Amino acid sequence: MVGRLRSFPDVLLSVENISLSFGGVNALTDISFDIAKGEVRAIIGPNGAGKSSMLNCINGFYHPQHGAITYKGVRRDQMKPHEAAEQGIARTFQNIALFRGMSTLDNIMTGRNLRMKTGLLWQALHIGPARREEIEHRKAVERIIEFLEIQHIRKAPVGTLPYGLQKRVELGRALAAGPELLLLDEPMAGMNIEEKQDMCRFILDVNDEFGTTICLIEHDMSVVMDISDRVVVLDYGRKIGDGTPDEIKKNEAVIAAYLGVGH
Amino acid sequence: MTTGTADTATEARDTFPKLLAEHARADAARPAYREKIYGIWQTYDWGHVARQIGLLAAGLADLGFRRGDRLIVVGDNRPRLYWSMCAAQSLGGVPVPVYQDSVTEELAYVVEHAGARFALAENQEQVDKLLAIQKKVPSLSVIFYDDPRGMRHYDQLQSYAEVQERGAKLLATAPDMIATEVVKGRGSDDAIMLYTSGTTGRPKGALLSYDNLIWAARAGAEFDGLRAGDELLSYLPMAWVGDHIFSYAQCYAVGLVVNCPESAATVMSDLREIGPTYYFAPPRVLENLITQVAIRMEDAGFLKRRMFQYFMTLARRVGPLLLDGRPVPLVDRLLYAVGNALIYGPLKNTLGMSRVRVAYTAGEAVGPEIFNFFRALGVNMKQLYGQTEASVFLTIHPNGEVFPDTVGKPVSKVELRIADSGEVLYRSPGVFREYYKNPEATNDTKTADGWVHTGDAGYLDDRGHLRIIDRAKDVGKLKDGTLFAPKFIENKLKFYPHVNEAVAFGDGRDFVTLFVNIDMVAVGDWAERRNLSYASYQELAGRSEVYDLIQGEIEQVNRDLAADPRMAGAQIRRFLVLHKALEADDGELTRTNKVRRGFIHERYKPLVDALYGGAKSAHIKVDVTFEDGRKGTIEGDVQIRDLAPDVAGRPALKKAS
Repeated sequence: MVGRLRSFPDVLLSVENISLSFGGVNALTDISFDIAKGEVRAIIGPNGAGKSSMLNCINGFYHPQHGAITYKGVRRDQMKPHEAAEQGIARTFQNIALFRGMSTLDNIMTGRNLRMKTGLLWQALHIGPARREEIEHRKAVERIIEFLEIQHIRKAPVGTLPYGLQKRVELGRALAAGPELLLLDEPMAGMNIEEKQDMCRFILDVNDEFGTTICLIEHDMSVVMDISDRVVVLDYGRKIGDGTPDEIKKNEAVIAAYLGVGH
Repeated sequence: MTTGTADTATEARDTFPKLLAEHARADAARPAYREKIYGIWQTYDWGHVARQIGLLAAGLADLGFRRGDRLIVVGDNRPRLYWSMCAAQSLGGVPVPVYQDSVTEELAYVVEHAGARFALAENQEQVDKLLAIQKKVPSLSVIFYDDPRGMRHYDQLQSYAEVQERGAKLLATAPDMIATEVVKGRGSDDAIMLYTSGTTGRPKGALLSYDNLIWAARAGAEFDGLRAGDELLSYLPMAWVGDHIFSYAQCYAVGLVVNCPESAATVMSDLREIGPTYYFAPPRVLENLITQVAIRMEDAGFLKRRMFQYFMTLARRVGPLLLDGRPVPLVDRLLYAVGNALIYGPLKNTLGMSRVRVAYTAGEAVGPEIFNFFRALGVNMKQLYGQTEASVFLTIHPNGEVFPDTVGKPVSKVELRIADSGEVLYRSPGVFREYYKNPEATNDTKTADGWVHTGDAGYLDDRGHLRIIDRAKDVGKLKDGTLFAPKFIENKLKFYPHVNEAVAFGDGRDFVTLFVNIDMVAVGDWAERRNLSYASYQELAGRSEVYDLIQGEIEQVNRDLAADPRMAGAQIRRFLVLHKALEADDGELTRTNKVRRGFIHERYKPLVDALYGGAKSAHIKVDVTFEDGRKGTIEGDVQIRDLAPDVAGRPALKKAS
């Protein structure tokens, strides 16, 4: 089975004519595409194609020199990471960025931080509203722990966990923010087949159960073709293809980029 | 409590639904089940359980569940799955629990053979299997599920809660309908159908009656003084007769509290949190525990390691004697008390065994070293010998008479007999009625006057204890007439943490050879410490350093064998380390993880031939089934090593522990 035939009428985020350069290096050149509400959107491309830069632009970590991003109907030239987070964009990183000495539970709890209303003092004293709030958030975190089937490592320091599980914890932390748009930077890099299958299932389940829109970068073609609704292909900072997995498979430019012809 | 005359009181307690009604009346607020939801243990009392079961039974009745119907139950140990069995029984139906990791074909065989119209699946994974089966076995008409996760698109199916809602509506119009059905049940009715995994052929569906199960539950409890309120962690498959007796029959008949682990991966921490008073583990689990302890002790600092070694040596000498109440010198007693404070207590706490009063192991012969490890710590570990066909209980070690080389004395009302062939036969109130739709197998197993063949060779020793040697059909002879008991040899080797599984060959051959399956965790850890790199199981298994390690352990086993004149001729002369782990999914192990000897012999014939052919290595290619059901092949060259036999008469060295 290739791709999933579903239709998505509403655009959640659109990228228009984005260009980003670092000094003389053009990381992204005139890129436009959109992400529809509820879909699984993949960004693929060879190494150095600009995929991670693209995600960094979307969540406001990089500020493109040209172009604009429209998110939930609001058009802006640049966004700050914390604004992106407040607006419901969460992400994971290519290189795991967890607190290694903290437990799985605490790491995921940090993902709820944005939603905590009580102040530092209340939280430190752990009384009244802060206590109620923490119980509330803990409940949400426990749901995520169950959802991702990581009950057995609830209390384990994440630094001691195998890579595949750390990736899952990172996904958990991103989910804890209750995002509308989830950006996943190579969620399956360095995993074995079994771990990849598990991760695929979790990604699809997140999409299905919570209706979260997902934009992911991935190298494993079979994974991308199986779980994405639409794929955008970058090469040397330019967009060379955009469409359903079936269309992408037949796209001459994409084939050329991947087989190394024509450069 | 008054429930009329003695006669009607016993009358009223001859089925599980009647026992449930009794519990709901007499101790509605006492805990019956626990499970962990979102990280917090939730307790369900008997009143709650009875209400839930009543609603589900009514819902099933509304869906057309009739007397004699079968209910397939497939999933992990969950309270609601246990309750569904009593719900089916309330309506005169027979639940059929199935191993949750069965592949679709295995499950399909059971569904079709049992003629089941109803099935309860724990989650989406099991639902998918059942839906696939439904296409081939259309008689399966109602599938419902417990866990709603991922089930949003399965519109045609109902959830457990929805079935209960139906029940609530029906009960509103006919509040006594379940009670009237429950009264119709009799102790002689079929209570459960359990498919025995069997090391050969298709599984057989053993039918056990309420009388069988309730007798077994009470006899077992009486033997070891189990009582209401004893805590148990239910983590072994629901389809296995042991779990059915401990977590179901004894829950109803004795009042044990059943605790369901959060997931299969959290069993260790759940054990620790619950602190069960009654514990059961197959030898494999016990071996794994010891392996884990051994690995973690290697990680510990020098001082801790030395302390552990010192006190464990003491414990092995003194612990079992103390447990049996035998005389121990005062100095040893004091040292043991110190060890208890420093080592045994904390270790038992980590293992979740601090409160254990009675612990059983069964299912496979267990190495005395494994067994004694727990007794040394002060855990009252005993062997139990039983079978599905006997409703489990045949023999148990009585307190004060625990000998690692026996499986104990018969439970009251169990009669044992040793056939001329050496096979053990028994008769008891727990003997099953028949294998469903398989009169031939029933007649082969059960004689006209009620004796049942165990299939195990054994004898009663002069202490009145039963000793099991091996599977009767596995015991063979080498060409020169030497006794060859494969399991006896394999178990000796399986004591080593590096060995996960071993398969010995030798019947009708000149000498004994062996397949070894390494333990990935233990050997992986061992390799890491020595900076040996490996990328896969196959590569690790093939390393010559690993061969050296295993060879050393086999030589030790040979030394032990050489010390026993009856076994000296059955020393291992050639061995190889298998390039893949033996798996139940590939049919190499049964679902209860017993080696399927004949099948392995067939499947790895090139390797067996090479072992007896004198080659130094052999090429092998086998098909494998991945967890998701896809097929693949694994191939590679496997080295073979020769061993010189140990000369008898040399003092047998004991492995330092």
